[in-house]
Amino acid sequence: MIKITDVVEEEYINPGTRMCAGCSMALLYRFALKGLGPKTILTVPASCLTVLHGMQGFCTTNVSVLHTPFATTGASASGIVASLEEKGLINEICVVAFAGDGGTADIGIQALSGAAERGTNFIYACYDNEAYMNTGVQRSGSTPLGAFTATTPGGKMKVKKNMPKIMEAHGIPYVATANASYPIDVYEKFKKAREIKGTKYIHILAPCPPGWGYDPKDSIKIGKLANETGFWPLYEIINGKLTLSRDSKRYLDSNKRKPIEEYLSVQKRFKNISMENIERYKDYIITLWNEIEQRIKN
Amino acid sequence: MKDKKKVKILTGNHAAAHALRQAKVEVISAYPITPQSPVVEKISDFINEGKMKAKFLMVESEHSAAAACCAASATGSRVGTATSAHGLMLMYEMLPWASGTRLPIVINLATRSCGAPWSVWDDHSDFIAARDVGWIQIMCEDNQEIYDTNIQAFKIAEDPRVYVPTIVAYDGYILSHTMMPIELEKQENIDGFLPPLNHHINLSDISQVKGVGPVTTPDIIKRAEGTAPGYYEYRYSLQKALENSIEIIKEVHDQFAEKFGRYYGNGLFKTISDEDADTIIFAMGSVSAQARSAIKKLRKLGIKIGLVSLRLFRPFPAIQLREYFKEKKNIIVFDRDIGYGYEGVLCYELKAALYGLKKPPFIKGYIVGLGGRDITDDHLIEGVQKALKQSDEGIISYTTDFLGLKLEELEL
Repeated sequence: MIKITDVVEEEYINPGTRMCAGCSMALLYRFALKGLGPKTILTVPASCLTVLHGMQGFCTTNVSVLHTPFATTGASASGIVASLEEKGLINEICVVAFAGDGGTADIGIQALSGAAERGTNFIYACYDNEAYMNTGVQRSGSTPLGAFTATTPGGKMKVKKNMPKIMEAHGIPYVATANASYPIDVYEKFKKAREIKGTKYIHILAPCPPGWGYDPKDSIKIGKLANETGFWPLYEIINGKLTLSRDSKRYLDSNKRKPIEEYLSVQKRFKNISMENIERYKDYIITLWNEIEQRIKN
Repeated sequence: MKDKKKVKILTGNHAAAHALRQAKVEVISAYPITPQSPVVEKISDFINEGKMKAKFLMVESEHSAAAACCAASATGSRVGTATSAHGLMLMYEMLPWASGTRLPIVINLATRSCGAPWSVWDDHSDFIAARDVGWIQIMCEDNQEIYDTNIQAFKIAEDPRVYVPTIVAYDGYILSHTMMPIELEKQENIDGFLPPLNHHINLSDISQVKGVGPVTTPDIIKRAEGTAPGYYEYRYSLQKALENSIEIIKEVHDQFAEKFGRYYGNGLFKTISDEDADTIIFAMGSVSAQARSAIKKLRKLGIKIGLVSLRLFRPFPAIQLREYFKEKKNIIVFDRDIGYGYEGVLCYELKAALYGLKKPPFIKGYIVGLGGRDITDDHLIEGVQKALKQSDEGIISYTTDFLGLKLEELEL
């Protein structure tokens, strides 16, 4: 276990990005890039990250980034990897695709699935703020049950798509969940993924103040509640073996989990959530953790 | 000792595959589609047999194929691929992306009609649909031209004065699956003609931090670090590069002709039996090939007719065509495509190019051969004769006339 003082001091995001106040994606991106280091090429689709990377002529990060259309992230990374393999540079340079949840679970899933099936040697990271935030909060496949968005004014009727599970089904060597409120965990997971050959998938929950409806100062608190209520457990699946991450281990004991209402009630997007849907959340969390428990036992 | 050339009997698709091999393409990303698939199958064989060192990505869609091509090109590799019809349609989003980023990718297009209804057969609809995305577009007329044009295309696209992606097109089935003798040049001679890629974007050089393809604004941006162009300036430079590329396309064509002894008109269009002709057929690809036959018969009927076979569709060689056509009396355009709601695309492009001539020629356009409908000499002769009658009578019509339609048979 590392401490904050063990995290590299080098910064890969320059000051003055255009992120919203309290944006947790900027925080997790900062720690992810620290974990990856300078020998990295990024590719990002249309997303809040496009905004972070700045306007024409200037690059906000200290590593190169290839912007790419929305549906293409996995393919774009595949092209970079192919070129680096052809040049004999793939063992030196790490290719990292970083996309939002819409770019991953919806429009980009085909290219991502293709890249994973081909065993493309890269890291795919999804920062999940649970809707199309960059375009004004429209629902995505990753929007959770009951959440208000601009296109689900009555709350979303369907549950969140389980991307880590879908990616695990590809038989890739590394799948991990993370959470912007645990930046050291984010750092360690990227550092570890960098050393593994093949397709690596990291799915990071990224609370979004304007999209979720809370005060920007509360981003860390809200992200922690997602973990503490058991809604978003942190784990790694390495070659099929699931391990709970340090910050989620204690919630294997259901008595230690906070009630889901504590997470839902502090976000305006769940203001009108029905009692029935709250019950569905409770059932979901029980099922989720039972499955984790079974996997750990076996 | 005499440098004997290697002649092989090849389909158009395999001619393209050999050219990609000899151009030493470094990354190929593709998805199968009829009638292009034999190009990438052959490339797979070359790689499997160790005859080609490229990295080959068989991806899950043409959209991804084009995206991976763009990314590999931006990482500094020479990139080529092939597609047809629906494949090009699916790539469409990536086409202005590639040209906007100025990536010198070469796509071989075995032309095919676009559904619905389904048709795997040939017409130029797909080629025409890529008109306004900032690519160089060259149409070939035989298999040797496919091979030669591919080699030229990399040299044109990668020229630092150009850096514009290029489509090399040829008629599906009519060329893609038809065997013809091809002169294959020795590798050292190809290498002498086509130097390795010197790319202006190379993400693999991590000492140079770059943001490629970022958000732009309507205006330029001034900051302490420097001034950056807006979208408008980026697109202006693409247009200028395309305009200027006409001279470079001619230059590369002439260098090729000098080195290998094969030429295609002036590199922009070919003129056939036009010395004394006051009437000219204007067409491209398979339609030109058929017109070569039809004009022999028309001449026997006493019509002084020639053919201009367009090679370079984009950038459109308007100045050169205008100069060529200024003294001509009649032009009959046969389009294996249609600008739906108007007329054949070659027809209206040519009309626009000749705007303002003091004595503009009479121009009549016909649609032919959509969805692989056979184009015969008789169709072209019928079109020429009808057009010349209209010319004599001074009739200018804006209706689109289709040759070879069989409506009567349907109504029986």
